[in-house]
Amino acid sequence: MLADAVTWWTFFKISINERLVYRADFMLGTLMRFLPTLTQIFLWWAIYDVISTPGSADSAEGPDKAIAGYRYGEMVAYYLMVIISRAFSSMPGLTSGIAQQVRNGEVKKFLIQPVDMQGCLLMQRIAHKLVYYIIAIIPFAIVFYSCGGFFERGWPPADVQIVFYCALILGFLLGFFLEYCLGLISFWFLEVTSLTFIYMLMNFLLSGHMFPLELLPTEPFNARLIVDFLPFKYLAYFPAAVFLGKVEGPEMYQGLAILTGWVVFFIALSRVLWWRGIKRYSGYGG
Amino acid sequence: MAIIEIKNLSKSYKVYQKNEGLAASIKGLFHREYRKVHAVRDINFSVEEGEFVAFLGPNGAGKTTTLKLLSGVINPDTGEATVMGHVPWERHNEYRRKFALVMGQKNQLWWDLPAMESFRLNQHIYKVPKAEFDKTRDELCEMLDVQRLLSQPVRELSLGERMKMELIAALLHQPDVLFLDEPTIGLDVIAQHKIQTFLKDYQKERNNTIILTSHYMKDIEALCNRVVIIANGSIYHDGSLEQIVDKFSGQKVVTLQMSDIRSLNSLKRLPNVLEVEAPRIKFRVDRDEVGRVLSEILSSHRVDDVVVEDPPLEEVISNVFSEAQKAQEAEMAK
Repeated sequence: MLADAVTWWTFFKISINERLVYRADFMLGTLMRFLPTLTQIFLWWAIYDVISTPGSADSAEGPDKAIAGYRYGEMVAYYLMVIISRAFSSMPGLTSGIAQQVRNGEVKKFLIQPVDMQGCLLMQRIAHKLVYYIIAIIPFAIVFYSCGGFFERGWPPADVQIVFYCALILGFLLGFFLEYCLGLISFWFLEVTSLTFIYMLMNFLLSGHMFPLELLPTEPFNARLIVDFLPFKYLAYFPAAVFLGKVEGPEMYQGLAILTGWVVFFIALSRVLWWRGIKRYSGYGG
Repeated sequence: MAIIEIKNLSKSYKVYQKNEGLAASIKGLFHREYRKVHAVRDINFSVEEGEFVAFLGPNGAGKTTTLKLLSGVINPDTGEATVMGHVPWERHNEYRRKFALVMGQKNQLWWDLPAMESFRLNQHIYKVPKAEFDKTRDELCEMLDVQRLLSQPVRELSLGERMKMELIAALLHQPDVLFLDEPTIGLDVIAQHKIQTFLKDYQKERNNTIILTSHYMKDIEALCNRVVIIANGSIYHDGSLEQIVDKFSGQKVVTLQMSDIRSLNSLKRLPNVLEVEAPRIKFRVDRDEVGRVLSEILSSHRVDDVVVEDPPLEEVISNVFSEAQKAQEAEMAK
């Protein structure tokens, strides 16, 4: 047990070292993360601007008009919080990395050595995330400090904060195991690019990455209810909405429970996929 | 008891068949034709502890598949195998700590980091005590002369240097059984030689069991006391290298150095002359004719020097391969 911990610790340290090799690329990647959000904020700014212009048909409620319950400031705060959610739950290159390892045979390493691939990848991911947070903390601090005014309600109460942190960590695990499972599908279909693409698309629309999920229709069918039970929304919307007080009370705890359920589900699924996958694996490439 | 035992082991793959061209690609969307490739068919053999065995065979003969089966990377269709009492494809950690597989075409080290980091990780994966790890590492590094390269990122090493590092990484946990899949592929002569010498010394010192596949006869000549020839998934021959030469090459190559260049004129008319370079002549003779032919020549010409040797190993092996191929085809036709 202790020896295992030492192995993981070593793996963790090596992953950090590896991550620090390409510093410039890393810095640039971090900064670029803010760009898409910036365009979204500008877009919403324009929308709010139009609907609050006096004379326009919708301007009855004045400049503080809300869309789906979000005033402009809240909308900006929402997008900023989604960046935080996704800083935990997004797993760039995980699925494609596994698929590549299966296709070129590198996955053999994990069959030959007495070490678990899932554990290795998880450690690697945690290491990458930590390095990312350490480097990104400065730009994040600057952005959040200068946008402090948009967070009208300030910090949420302690119990909500605890749920928020739990949701972030569970979101990380959900993102990891979901994409890990997708990657393992490459044992059956060598090419998973299109699958990844579908996943990305669903994620984009249903996770709240693109817009707050309150904008989803409830007619003719209740899309919001369906999304509640899908895993996607817990990758971006949920932690952000908890922090901003959009999801409260029993609804918040129910969300946390569903999120936990999905994490457990994907952990179990990943084990099954792994065992069945290596059974039919034929060790490609030499 | 044998350390490696294989009984009636078979493995086949389904391979997707696609004809050339766009139309065939579109057809492949709806209906795919698969062909069954029998990579390994019903092979039997055993290896004793301390043996250094070579797997020899043309590309696609099933050598690597056999190594993959023995290292538990893939599951067989039928048959049994045990290595040190373990069934490889059950992948028990206990087994995985006792063997290593090195693939000349695959990189197992962390590409962007110095090899030392990969070694350290292997130390923990295989749970090697630190003192033992340091000792083994220093020994191996010294034998392969790579101490100064330990802190260089792997991507900056030459192919030969990297291969040495791969070997060290695989040997740090002192495996009792070692599978080497073309460990010298793509290396220059010096690096090849260095790795051969290393493997020879290492095996002699530790008396572990090694199975090697290689296309370089020099590797096999230098290292292996037993050669298993695999063709089309079956074992075609199993024995020492000398036996193979005896069995598959009916001829000897004779080189004579004549005292009188004029003798060459008549000798040139011999059948199977390979080359004439005055005052030397080189020709092939059937093995059981050597004595008669030589005594005839010696009685009528003055000869300064006589060399009788086996034909080059590459040639013998290539004959064996094509014979094996024919035998297989004949069997298939039945």
